[in-house]
Amino acid sequence: MKRLSWFNTTSLTLGFAFLYLPMIILVIYSFNESKLVTVWAGFSTKWYGELLQNEAFLDAAWVTLKVAVLSSTLATVLGTMAAYVLVRGGRFMGRTVFSGMIYAPLVMPEVITGLSLLLLFIGIGLDRGVLTIVLAHTTFAMCYVSVVVSSRLLTFDRSLEEAALDLGCTGFEAFRLVTLPIIAPAVISGWLLAFTLSLDDLVIASFTAGPSATTLPIKIFSAVRLGVSPEINALSTLMIAIVTFGVISASLVSKRNSLRQQRDEQAAARAE
Amino acid sequence: MPESVFAPWNDASQKPLIRFRNVTKSFGDFTAIDDLTLDIYEQEFFALLGPSGCGKTTMMRMLAGFETPTSGVIELAGQDIAPVPPNKRAVNMMFQSYALFPHLSVYENIAFGLRRGNMPKQDIDDRVSEMLKLTRLEKFARRKPHQISGGQRQRVALARSLAKAPKLLLLDEPLGALDAKLRQATQFELMDIQEKTGTTFVIVTHDQEEAMTVASRVAVMDEGRIMQVATPEHIYEVPESVYVADFIGDVNIIKGAASPVGEQTYQIKWSKTAAPLNAVSDRPFSEGQSCHLAIRPEKVGIHADRPADADNAVQGTILDIAYLGNISTYHVELPGGQIVKAQTANTRRVSRRSFTWEDTVWLSWTATAGVLLAQ
Repeated sequence: MKRLSWFNTTSLTLGFAFLYLPMIILVIYSFNESKLVTVWAGFSTKWYGELLQNEAFLDAAWVTLKVAVLSSTLATVLGTMAAYVLVRGGRFMGRTVFSGMIYAPLVMPEVITGLSLLLLFIGIGLDRGVLTIVLAHTTFAMCYVSVVVSSRLLTFDRSLEEAALDLGCTGFEAFRLVTLPIIAPAVISGWLLAFTLSLDDLVIASFTAGPSATTLPIKIFSAVRLGVSPEINALSTLMIAIVTFGVISASLVSKRNSLRQQRDEQAAARAE
Repeated sequence: MPESVFAPWNDASQKPLIRFRNVTKSFGDFTAIDDLTLDIYEQEFFALLGPSGCGKTTMMRMLAGFETPTSGVIELAGQDIAPVPPNKRAVNMMFQSYALFPHLSVYENIAFGLRRGNMPKQDIDDRVSEMLKLTRLEKFARRKPHQISGGQRQRVALARSLAKAPKLLLLDEPLGALDAKLRQATQFELMDIQEKTGTTFVIVTHDQEEAMTVASRVAVMDEGRIMQVATPEHIYEVPESVYVADFIGDVNIIKGAASPVGEQTYQIKWSKTAAPLNAVSDRPFSEGQSCHLAIRPEKVGIHADRPADADNAVQGTILDIAYLGNISTYHVELPGGQIVKAQTANTRRVSRRSFTWEDTVWLSWTATAGVLLAQ
């Protein structure tokens, strides 16, 4: 192991402090005995217990999860379809316009997306609730999925699809039996991205949520406006734990797969 | 029954399996195939040979169904195949990149095409085993493509494309990714498999040696046109144009003006000072017509003294010697600046070689050694 120089150590420390100090403080205060957020009064897990008693928070968490699963699934299906057409459709009329437009929501301010969706839902007389949040999240997550999937499709060896056609597949069979299994990792990461975006979202959800359905970010935001409670800290710590667990396990799995692939290829090369 | 030579292209009663009739294919302004007509017969091992961009891959993709001709007709067994989509053609293709499905095992790759029909499971099993045996892959059936070597992948690709017993198998640069030794062994394996299965093979390659080794007939292509179609021997010995002569193997081209001296014999004036060369040609040339004499280096002899009864003898100095182990090529400069290559087999050890750099030598060849070409 190499020792880092003085300058590099400082850079590393500063960078990581900038990223993680706020979260560390949040985690520490979630175990605070005191009801006052900024005064340390000893270690306790009582706020976690109280959190589990809080019906409003649990409801909001359930709504958030439902919305995230539904919208990310819908966004993945639509985004993958859009990416496939834009990459594989050849030079059909208006292709340039479409491929530009699918990325527009990435740079659109969320407030505008939220407002326009709200106007649409009022216009068609859709009552605001879980359904409207799901639709809104699908709308803005779909373009992220399509970016991820189309970048995978661009590097995809087209002759694999041609081989499938050559061996008797119809176009759809070739997609289902060959293309989809091979691009599956990109589709899954698209889904995860959409899922995370939906969990995170406050702005668009607050435009499209109704009194019958509130998501966790909205709940936390409105609770914080009345003052930060240690309960919120506990909730946030739980969310951090879940996300960390997800990221670490995903990277472990992918690392193990690539190691195995490398080993297999070396073995095959030696056997030659 | 007397054993007959396999040459259906000389037999008027034979029906070709594939017919290209005035086929043109353009991509925008670019013409990839230019009014091309060609017949390929059943059980042939037909090679399309040419530099990259000559249209050979486009021809193959039209046969597979991935491209449709802009004009003209392609027939397979007497039927126009333009309206038939790739998945309904009795044609299979082996891709240059092999295009093995990475998520499926060797077994599943080979069974992939068979599973698309309503073949009973037992029959699929039998057919895949047969293919594994043919390509000597029995031990690797459960492996994934990334777990086997390049040569084995090539054989999986071949087995997969042969599994459905197509009328026609297309091979797109099938050996391009293999190293030289393995490539040679695989060439013979391919010929063996072609003979065993009796399938018609069309191979696309830019490697002339490969085409000469495997093919029953070779089509030399350039810029979307076929320059010559013939057996490998014929292409090599009797090229019809300077392009073909130059593309296949090594050749000396001497430019000059022909003058007939008798029945099919000509004198070629090629230099202001030197004596004219003698050549025999069944292609007629008129007095003074410009011509190219193409002679293969191995047909040119190299001597210390002027050979007594040679049809053609010229003197020059050795400019360069390319030692290739089994043979040596001498680059000899003639007085006019023309360079002629002469090849000799190294039957003796190189240290006892008779000639060296700067030596003055005589080159000779017979009147029938060269081919007289108009262009």
